[in-house]
Amino acid sequence: MKVGLFVPCYIDQLYPDVGLATVNVLERFGMEVDFPATQTCCGQPMANTGCNDDARPLAQKFFKVFHLYDHVVCPSGSCVAMVRQHYTHYTHGNAEFESLTQRTFELCEFLADVLKVEKIHGTFSHRVGLHQSCHGLRELRLARSSETVGNSYSKVRQLLESIEAIKLSDLQRTDECCGFGGTFAINEESVSCMMGQDRVADHEQAGTEVLTAVDMSCLMHLDGFIRRQDKPIRVMHVAEIFDAALSSCSEADTVRSEDALTATERTS
Amino acid sequence: MSSRNDILQAIRDQAIPERPLPSVDIDAIIFDDPITQFQTVLESVGGQLIQVESHAEVTSHLTGFPPYRNAQQVCCAVAGLDNLPDGPNFVQLDAIDDPHDLKAIDYAILPGHFAVAENAAIWVTDEAVAHRAIYFLTQHLAIIVPAGEIVNNMHEAYRKLATKGGLDQHFGAFISGPSKTADIEQSLVIGAHGARSLSVFFVQSQAM
Amino acid sequence: MNHATQATAFVANDERAHWHDSALWFVRSKRDKCAHALPEWEDLRAAASEVKMHTISRLAKYLEQFEVNAKKLGVHVHWAKDGAEHNKIVHGILQKHDVKKVVKSKSMLTEECHLNPCLEKHGYEVVDTDLGERIVQLREEPPSHIVLPAIHLKKQDVSTLFEKHLGTEAGNNDPQYLTEAARGHLRDKFLGADAGITGVNFAIAETGGFVVCTNEGNADLGVSLPKLHIACMGIEKLIPRASDLSLFLRLLARSATGQPITTYSSHFHGPIAGGELHIVLVDNGRTEILGREEFRRSLNCIRCGACMNTCPVYRRSGGHSYETTVPGPIGSILAPARDANEFYSLPYACSLCGSCTDVCPVKIDLHNQLLTMRGKIAEKKILPWSKRIQMRLTSSVMKRTWLFRWAGGIARWIMPKLPRFLVYNRFNPWGKQREMPPFPKKSFRQLYADRKRNRQEDKPK
Repeated sequence: MKVGLFVPCYIDQLYPDVGLATVNVLERFGMEVDFPATQTCCGQPMANTGCNDDARPLAQKFFKVFHLYDHVVCPSGSCVAMVRQHYTHYTHGNAEFESLTQRTFELCEFLADVLKVEKIHGTFSHRVGLHQSCHGLRELRLARSSETVGNSYSKVRQLLESIEAIKLSDLQRTDECCGFGGTFAINEESVSCMMGQDRVADHEQAGTEVLTAVDMSCLMHLDGFIRRQDKPIRVMHVAEIFDAALSSCSEADTVRSEDALTATERTS
Repeated sequence: MSSRNDILQAIRDQAIPERPLPSVDIDAIIFDDPITQFQTVLESVGGQLIQVESHAEVTSHLTGFPPYRNAQQVCCAVAGLDNLPDGPNFVQLDAIDDPHDLKAIDYAILPGHFAVAENAAIWVTDEAVAHRAIYFLTQHLAIIVPAGEIVNNMHEAYRKLATKGGLDQHFGAFISGPSKTADIEQSLVIGAHGARSLSVFFVQSQAM
Repeated sequence: MNHATQATAFVANDERAHWHDSALWFVRSKRDKCAHALPEWEDLRAAASEVKMHTISRLAKYLEQFEVNAKKLGVHVHWAKDGAEHNKIVHGILQKHDVKKVVKSKSMLTEECHLNPCLEKHGYEVVDTDLGERIVQLREEPPSHIVLPAIHLKKQDVSTLFEKHLGTEAGNNDPQYLTEAARGHLRDKFLGADAGITGVNFAIAETGGFVVCTNEGNADLGVSLPKLHIACMGIEKLIPRASDLSLFLRLLARSATGQPITTYSSHFHGPIAGGELHIVLVDNGRTEILGREEFRRSLNCIRCGACMNTCPVYRRSGGHSYETTVPGPIGSILAPARDANEFYSLPYACSLCGSCTDVCPVKIDLHNQLLTMRGKIAEKKILPWSKRIQMRLTSSVMKRTWLFRWAGGIARWIMPKLPRFLVYNRFNPWGKQREMPPFPKKSFRQLYADRKRNRQEDKPK
């Protein structure tokens, strides 16, 4: 199966390793990964500022770049939420465009829902703190939010927990926002920073060694405090943890491409 | 009248498409033991439940309560409970014209129609109580509810009110526990403006 | 006004801001416990939301039905287009009855209409009887939360205030003691009042009655001693049927304070014996919101305050930072819907985390409405020029892949070379408390291309 890889603009420029880890993980699960090089940004910063006219051409560019792929996968819950939930303002009834927004997946949900991956092979022997990035949580519903009532689930946590030797931190506030919020981080600097420091403190008390999330933007913000204050916490995108675990065992031990293909056949 | 018409016209001008009115009969929580549920919740909101056989038993319990024993003025509006033991001064609610004259009541024994298990609320009205103010003005309150008059949840409560014309009275209220506030630093304090304590009696038999 | 400036002042007192955050998080946690105890919670939310949406879609019909039924009960019904008319009506009723002293229970509507200053100007004594409201009234400041009006204050603050106004012992900070002092003080006010004013939580079209919910019993005391009761309500407080209350009374207190129900949920269906009951129906901008489809759902609001308790920004910036009657997420929609120029910064006082949307008992899509409101603010060019131009520029770069690659390359090349003082200074709000992200030598697209090339070179082997 061929997937179009959508790499958020700031990951492309600032966190290339996250992009590479995403490619590795997808390939490890038998995907043929294609990165269309004309892509840039989904337009979320403009849309979230209210500047829809500035976001619209970027949404249209996204369509142009990705419309031929059956599946588009992206290592960011926030950017995928932008595409899937908020592109409705820009699709203008174009059925092909609307269908593309629904074929665009965050990495973990692609693994869990499309490839039906239940286990990430390999080991990662650290105490990992999972930050529930808000857009993945409450827009893509990657997990049950603490506010809503019903069966609890977490697609990301389940994948992380399937890794050998991993330990997950117990947080006091399981899904409070880190305070990044795009331009909010600048406009409301003082509140944004207080929120961020509170999140870091929660992970500190929980003994987190590696702080992870589906969104590098949250981690960029949190890492800003961690490095400024020299805290003994390392941030890693979930794709990097998956990649590290998968690389710790040989290809033969892990899910082979045939398995993944059978999995996709099951879904279709 | 012009503001009335202007507002109504402004609303009608919006020509909003009608949305359906849903049923309120959702699958609501039912308890194996509604009385225990009622008691647990009542205690958590600062009240106490006493289950008794008869009005006579109510009387003996009351005389054991310090707030009752120490009360200077007491009033009672529960039929069949008027032979309370001597001690405090009894004030006849019916004999009072102005509810302000009830300001010194320390203990009131008042009727409740039915109880709600999910939230320890009791439905009260001013049907047999000359001054509704007494529910709130008294320092301490006992509410007498016929045993068995308990529903699981608020859906059942409003169904009961509908069939019994419960909202025909000018005043009716659900009361759950004594008056309380947490307005100072979120510290729960019982006895804000209304009753400082609430004792609920479930009484089996109305006879003395 | 600008929320960020006010918020910065609040956050500057780190200990107090954290205390405020914890106090509200405690309320949110109590709410969670209550909500999770009901398996039908999501069904309740869905049904309550639909009842409100239906009512709003047929509001004129239900207002008329309510009026007819209320009049049958002997209730006087008044209509006010705005706050000024509302105040005039209330003043007129008080004048007619020769009232001098008024006790008032919590009503966000009367706050919104600034009723108190209006009546005080005319020489009335108006006493807010909810303990929290009385505290902020004595401090001559507005409530900072719609359910917990004095949540921004510590017991020491209340102690100092009561020492001055109620003559309590200096330094006695015991909430029990302070509440007892207020009880005594307010009992005198209740007994001396000529009229009671209340808000309305729910008005029932089919019966003409209404419900007022309190924990303290202050609304009931205030309207059971005097013969005159004036109830003030926004026109969106209507519900069609008495049975709808089963949904709303189950949701309201659980969402607001994590209680299964408020201590008193009082149903008024007519005046007290020998007295008068007046209801004032107020529009004050509501029909305008009704006409704006994208914000219509905000009229579902039952004023439980759950969105404030859960909002990570509200908890850390305090209610006063919003400078509106209703602060927090819902206030950040209602205020700019009424006056976008004055309140333009409020929809941006939000990280778009969506917690408010998930906590709302009547399913208002708060964070989406806040986002939509940002669009309106940008469209109307109320958003500062500097922010708009920034977005226009970013968009121009992102539209052109080559320009994006080039700009990224320049930034990654130059940033690591700059001396620290050129990166971290007052023009860089990011760097005030945070380190900048790393600026790697190569972008992902470069590494990806390298890797592809290497693989192709590997292949023939």
